[in-house]
Amino acid sequence: MTAMLTQPVPATPAARPLRRTLARALLSDWFVLWLTLAYFLILLPVLPTLGTPANLANLLSNAWPLLVVALGQTFVMTIGGIDLSQGAVIGLTSTLGAALIATAGPPEVLSKAPIWGLLIFEDGGVLAGQLWLGLLAMLLAGALVGLVNGTLVAWLDMPAFMVTLVSLITVGAFAIWLTQSENIRNLPDSYVALGKGEIVSVYIGPKEEPQIPRRQVHELVTYAALVAVTLAVALHLLLERTAFGRQVLAVGANRRAAEIAGVPVRRIIVLVFVLSSLCATVGAVLYSARLEAGRPTLGEGTFLLDVIGATVIGGTSLFGGKGKVLWTVFGVLFFVLLSNSLNLMNLSTFHIDMVKGGVILAAALLDVARTRLLRGMA
Amino acid sequence: MTALLRFEGLGKDWFGVPAVRDLSLDIPEGRVLGLIGENGAGKSTLMNMIGGITAPTHGRMLWRGQPYAPASAADARAAGIAFIHQELNLFTNLTVAENLFIDGFPRRPGLLRPFIDRRAMRDRAAEVLARLALDLPPERTLDSLSPGERQLVEIARALHHDAALIIFDEPTTSLTPRETDRLFQAIEGLRAAGKTVIYISHILADVQRLSDGIAVLRDGRLVGEGPVADFDIPRMIRTMIGRDLAAVYPSRTAPPRGRPVLEVQGLSAPGVIEDVSLTVREGEILGLFGLMGSGRSELARILMGLDPAMRGDARLLGHPLRGGPRDRIRQGLAFVTENRREEGLMMDASIRDNLTLPAIERLRGPLGLDADRIADTAQALRETVRLKAQDLARQPVRSLSGGNQQKVVIGKWLPTEPRLFILDEPTRGVDVGARSEIYGLMDRLAAEGAGLLVISSELDELMGLCDRISVMSRGEVVATFDRARFDERRIIASAFRQAEGDAA
Repeated sequence: MTAMLTQPVPATPAARPLRRTLARALLSDWFVLWLTLAYFLILLPVLPTLGTPANLANLLSNAWPLLVVALGQTFVMTIGGIDLSQGAVIGLTSTLGAALIATAGPPEVLSKAPIWGLLIFEDGGVLAGQLWLGLLAMLLAGALVGLVNGTLVAWLDMPAFMVTLVSLITVGAFAIWLTQSENIRNLPDSYVALGKGEIVSVYIGPKEEPQIPRRQVHELVTYAALVAVTLAVALHLLLERTAFGRQVLAVGANRRAAEIAGVPVRRIIVLVFVLSSLCATVGAVLYSARLEAGRPTLGEGTFLLDVIGATVIGGTSLFGGKGKVLWTVFGVLFFVLLSNSLNLMNLSTFHIDMVKGGVILAAALLDVARTRLLRGMA
Repeated sequence: MTALLRFEGLGKDWFGVPAVRDLSLDIPEGRVLGLIGENGAGKSTLMNMIGGITAPTHGRMLWRGQPYAPASAADARAAGIAFIHQELNLFTNLTVAENLFIDGFPRRPGLLRPFIDRRAMRDRAAEVLARLALDLPPERTLDSLSPGERQLVEIARALHHDAALIIFDEPTTSLTPRETDRLFQAIEGLRAAGKTVIYISHILADVQRLSDGIAVLRDGRLVGEGPVADFDIPRMIRTMIGRDLAAVYPSRTAPPRGRPVLEVQGLSAPGVIEDVSLTVREGEILGLFGLMGSGRSELARILMGLDPAMRGDARLLGHPLRGGPRDRIRQGLAFVTENRREEGLMMDASIRDNLTLPAIERLRGPLGLDADRIADTAQALRETVRLKAQDLARQPVRSLSGGNQQKVVIGKWLPTEPRLFILDEPTRGVDVGARSEIYGLMDRLAAEGAGLLVISSELDELMGLCDRISVMSRGEVVATFDRARFDERRIIASAFRQAEGDAA
């Protein structure tokens, strides 16, 4: 017995596997998903509303448009940039699109707007009711902003932060000027369906009910979900499985080395900013359809915080060279869950934003920790 | 006489793997010790133990006869040990004087105490610089100084802190020959002032010139030690790699063939290069020698399309070279830059991603990239360049030794099937063993019919490797020597334009 007791206890080797497991978890692609699930399960007993089907459906419906926009931000951050103008693009394209396809234009609201009598009349926009042409026009407008951003960054070597900050200010103001800050309503049903339409819904309740109350039907698969998932899969393949995607990562990892290795660095930067604006535009469709209105201020306020926060929490590095679509999917889920849970706790928006800010700070610290871990393990 | 620093059975294990083992050595005061060894021989670990970055797991160190166990870099500094690295720890936005006093500015008296006494700082800095016989203006900001001058500032800072032991780790890698000479004078000055120096370098001729004694590390062990007189360079190499390196340079397997790959005619860029003409043939290795600032690296950048040329003409296999790097790579150029960290590699990306970057667009399958072909390409390249690496897909390039990193920089070009390689300082910071492998690789590339334009500031290297050497000075090609007429003295003379060489 004594012999066994006096055996030296190997302290470090026991501690080492634990540390290694922790390090591996921290570096895993799935880390943020585990974090999200853990957060959910911990809060569930305290906050049972969190798990109700109605809340879950609400949570997902908030996640889809944010995901769409954050996907674009992921690409920009992967090349080591940042796109602050996405919110302004949402304001611009949602207003523009709504003006073009609205089926009626109330003069008492819009007669002072510069677009009155130019794009929109009393009997609707110039493309009234023509969904696809309207969407195309929105995408073109979005792409144009991205093209200007990308060109300034790539060819004039201006910092992305500065360029997109200027876009944020000017494009945002331009959108507000277009309608003199008025919202544009009277959107065609086909457009509204993109944000609100459901494809598969579930009803949870007694079977013998003759008429199902609307409140107990929960949307499961919506058009917004379909759009977001399709886009996420497509952009995942673009980043992981194409030469373009590898070159995006190369530009972010070392721009000079990429250029010398024959990567068309400038073209890639321009395309990435265009992609980011296009994602913002698709987000604009989903948001404005849900709102049933084009609104110039749709992407203002803390929206930018949500997009950048979700992307960074996912694990895409602020330093460039590291980014994954899957990370951003998880980051968005976590961020939406966080907002949702804070809402359910009846916190004020100020409190919510304070918590969100703290979480983004934590995510940025996590990015630094991961980078250190990777270098340490090398 | 007691040693300034003494190691007794010193050892360091990393997770059970010894990096330094059973090392016992005396470093006498007032001498210059040359410390040599291949990458991974344990030099860095030893320096980290002296500097208080890592603690030894075995044995102990004695400083002036007293046990010395620094817990941090600050402890080492307080004891009187200063490090001068290739990456300097200076503030380029501050002046020379501010850099010297950064950790304790002289203050104004009384109520003005929060303010720096700029005059006192300037005067005291001038005093320190004068003591070193350094002709540096204390008020100049560092970013207006050359790398060599900055290094002298670092030395001044060490002296200002009354360091007794100054450790130089590869200090000359970014210096011109003239700056190197000045550094060596400064080191002589340190010795004359009774300071002790440890000088670490891969450039064995420098070690031989500077040192009083030599210590050689291999696989963490001290395998050779003695006065410099006992060590000629072949013995240094032999001791470092543990075998006879019959020839560091390969005997060339195939002679150059006829057809010119690269023809440059009257290429000029004002203030950079002037009327440069040269030809590289298939299977030929052309060396380009010159001092720093002679236009050799600038010529490489112009050929690659990174900088513009004003006049003249460069052709690859008869077709004029046009556009940026992307177009020129397609035409058959490859460029191994002198800065592998900044321009050659994505340090945190995997070896595989680095190896496949230039040819990534060729590795497409019917549906996007072909993962199997990427893996196969990386694997084939690993074998071709004899890369020592464990996991191509996961290991970041940062984790490789300098020599293996350089093999990645060269290897990544092979799938683009270049006709002309431009290699700028291909063996900088690479140890002797890996160096001879890189030379072998260059010989094979030439034997397969590519042309090689090799830029180097080590003349030995060019003389051992090249078929011809062209010498550049102040932007012009001033002489070209055939292999049969290689003559070290005359080549260096033409680099300094003291005499004309044979015109080719």
